[in-house]
Amino acid sequence: MDIYIDKTEEENFKKLDEILETHGHDQGHLITILRDAQEVFGYLPEKVQSYLSLKLDIPISTVNGVVSFYSLFSQEKKGRFTIGVCLGTACYVKGAKDVLNAIKEELGLDSGETTLDHLFTLKDTRCIGACGLAPVVMINDDVHGKVTPSDIPSLLHQYIKKSKEEQDD
Amino acid sequence: MELKHISDLNQLKEIKDQSYSEINMRLKESDRNLNEIKEYQVLICSGTGCTASKSQIILKKLNQEIQKRNLINKVKVYKTGCFGFCKLGPIIVVHPERIFYCEVSEEDIDEIVDKHFCQNEVVERLLYKGDDKQVKKTIDELDFFNDQQRIALRNCGVINPEDINEYIAMDGYLMLATILEEKRDRNTIINELLNSGLRGRGGGGFPTGKKWEYALSYENDEKFVVCNADEGDPGAFMDRSILEGDPHSVIEAMTIAGYTIGASKGFVYVRAEYPIAVERLRIAINQAKELGLLGQNILNSGFNFELDIRLGAGAFVCGEETALLQSVMGMRGEPRPRPPFPAKVGLWEKPTLNNNVETYANVPIILKNGADWYNKIGTENSKGTKVFALAGQVINTGLIEVPMGTTLRTIVYNIGGGIDNQRELKAVQTGGPSGGCIPVSLIDTPIDFESLSEIGSMMGSGGLIVMDETDCMVDIARFYLEFAQDESCGKCVPCRIGTKRLLEMLTKITEGKGKEEDLKIMEELCYDIKESSLCGLGQTAPNPILSTLKYFKDEYLAHINEHKCPAGVCNALLQVVISDEKCIACGICARVCPVSAITGERKKPPYEIHQDICIKCGACIPKCPTDAIYKR
Repeated sequence: MDIYIDKTEEENFKKLDEILETHGHDQGHLITILRDAQEVFGYLPEKVQSYLSLKLDIPISTVNGVVSFYSLFSQEKKGRFTIGVCLGTACYVKGAKDVLNAIKEELGLDSGETTLDHLFTLKDTRCIGACGLAPVVMINDDVHGKVTPSDIPSLLHQYIKKSKEEQDD
Repeated sequence: MELKHISDLNQLKEIKDQSYSEINMRLKESDRNLNEIKEYQVLICSGTGCTASKSQIILKKLNQEIQKRNLINKVKVYKTGCFGFCKLGPIIVVHPERIFYCEVSEEDIDEIVDKHFCQNEVVERLLYKGDDKQVKKTIDELDFFNDQQRIALRNCGVINPEDINEYIAMDGYLMLATILEEKRDRNTIINELLNSGLRGRGGGGFPTGKKWEYALSYENDEKFVVCNADEGDPGAFMDRSILEGDPHSVIEAMTIAGYTIGASKGFVYVRAEYPIAVERLRIAINQAKELGLLGQNILNSGFNFELDIRLGAGAFVCGEETALLQSVMGMRGEPRPRPPFPAKVGLWEKPTLNNNVETYANVPIILKNGADWYNKIGTENSKGTKVFALAGQVINTGLIEVPMGTTLRTIVYNIGGGIDNQRELKAVQTGGPSGGCIPVSLIDTPIDFESLSEIGSMMGSGGLIVMDETDCMVDIARFYLEFAQDESCGKCVPCRIGTKRLLEMLTKITEGKGKEEDLKIMEELCYDIKESSLCGLGQTAPNPILSTLKYFKDEYLAHINEHKCPAGVCNALLQVVISDEKCIACGICARVCPVSAITGERKKPPYEIHQDICIKCGACIPKCPTDAIYKR
């Protein structure tokens, strides 16, 4: 089976080859490889999954089985910023649901959806272990603690500003 | 930091002596002359909690300031692991005086450097003030630490986890080196663990020595050692803090385990949600390799042990050991029936020893101080200490370590400082989604493995969530079932479909549509799921329902018969109302109401919410300038 690789994707697939090289095409590293691939592509489209299936000599059903099993993997394109509202017990009893609702309302999104401009993806996440600061919202790698629903507009604004600055650069 | 290759026990002791003299001033028991301080050592908490409160920015700023003022020889700044008092982060401790600064911000750095390091004066306003408004100057004065005994967390908040020499200073790798030098008999090590009474800290409570004995007993040319750091219980962060604050203790214990059972390869399976822990572990593994304490021919003994990190990808069920092993091999993390246990058939069908992070962290110090030292701590059947993550409606949230047998009352009131906002304690939830809710009437129960199971909860990995009168127990049960249902891997029917049915019934009750006979059906189904599920996830998933049904049945009945949620949580059973006295008839609420359920006349209070139209979205509540609108 041949996989058609578009010119615009060539660079990413080259990076994917390097990833495969560092892990020695070892099937035992499938999860690690998928993680790294998701770093490169932003998500795991079917094409990447078929490519890995071919290169690692694993049936595509197995690859997809792994991708769909773990919540960390996404088969859909995600936004520039992923907002994770922690719904661990500590955050839950401290009002995380209200925070989640405030974000939903502000962005007009439901959990798991992405804004049309691909800026934000909203997710409810499992406990991130910052229970002392509950409720906690994670935006990409930044952890924001003791968040209240009224903090949401200004919090989101910081990131909108950040993305605008990136575009200007 | 200098990394010198070590080839035997004597060289290790040399490094220990040298490093010990450097960090000696941080230890409580060391002699210190506070009249003439030549050097300050500043420890900045770099756990996830404090990092989220910007401790790393403070660290950078402090270093810049010290450089600017030419204090490099006088003030040294170090990262350290979690002090446990996460609520007050970021935390900075200054030695030799042991001054405890809390909630430090970037703007405070100037003042600390000026006053403390230049004029030798403590910055009072950054000190901790207790309930009695009394200022506590040093870390030893805080009530939070009084009832604690730190064994697994012995090095957290003392050493820099990114410097292996500091771990060695605290007798780190001493046991490994001694065992290899003596070529100690494997059964002697196992007997020591058996006598110590150490039991698995991941939740099961299986005797650790027994597990090692089984793994040794199965002959094979290849064996594996695994560390379970897939800490998935919501509200639990003990393992993360150990990996962040003292990663070498886990590495040393795993290497000793490798020697004992005859394995030369190990894996640490850690959640991807813990980036700092992963990074520290990676640094630690590299340093241990560079010193010759890990890898090929460790300390010239001929013993080889390689350690690899495997990252989880967000699946709670992978905390179950057979599922975890699948995931380590890169597959879907689905459990399989036991027996055969992993000690016999594990990774790639080879004997595999699997312990939890906290269990490993206890091993080096038990071997060093002896079984008889350890088994004097704790209760008859549960020895030693347990680390708990204290969270929820309690004043001092954070990480604590107490001897087994400590009562919940001590934990919630003495260490935790009581309930937030002066409300009443209702229950304490232990054991995460597999555990149960302990009512306030049982708060004097001494905590150990047996006593918790007796009252329908379990130790679990150590999450302790404190709940007060504003938490609805039916909603909490529903929350856990939603979690279990979502995380069920789907392999076995009782767990996949059973938890879904339970969740549906609970949701019905929280919406006021439940019937009294549902409770009986629910209870029956709970026992069926417990008995017939394949793995621990399903077998324990009904526990939150069973324990709340046992202790808080009146709340279920209030939802069903009176259509009321006593705690005021379940939205469908609440009414949004306007207080007659507080309303000033400004009309803002009527304008924001999306369904025009609010009517009234300007300047003629009160406005009224028409319950038949209201969708209970709550949009009006935060908009009211006089806080006159509330849910009831």
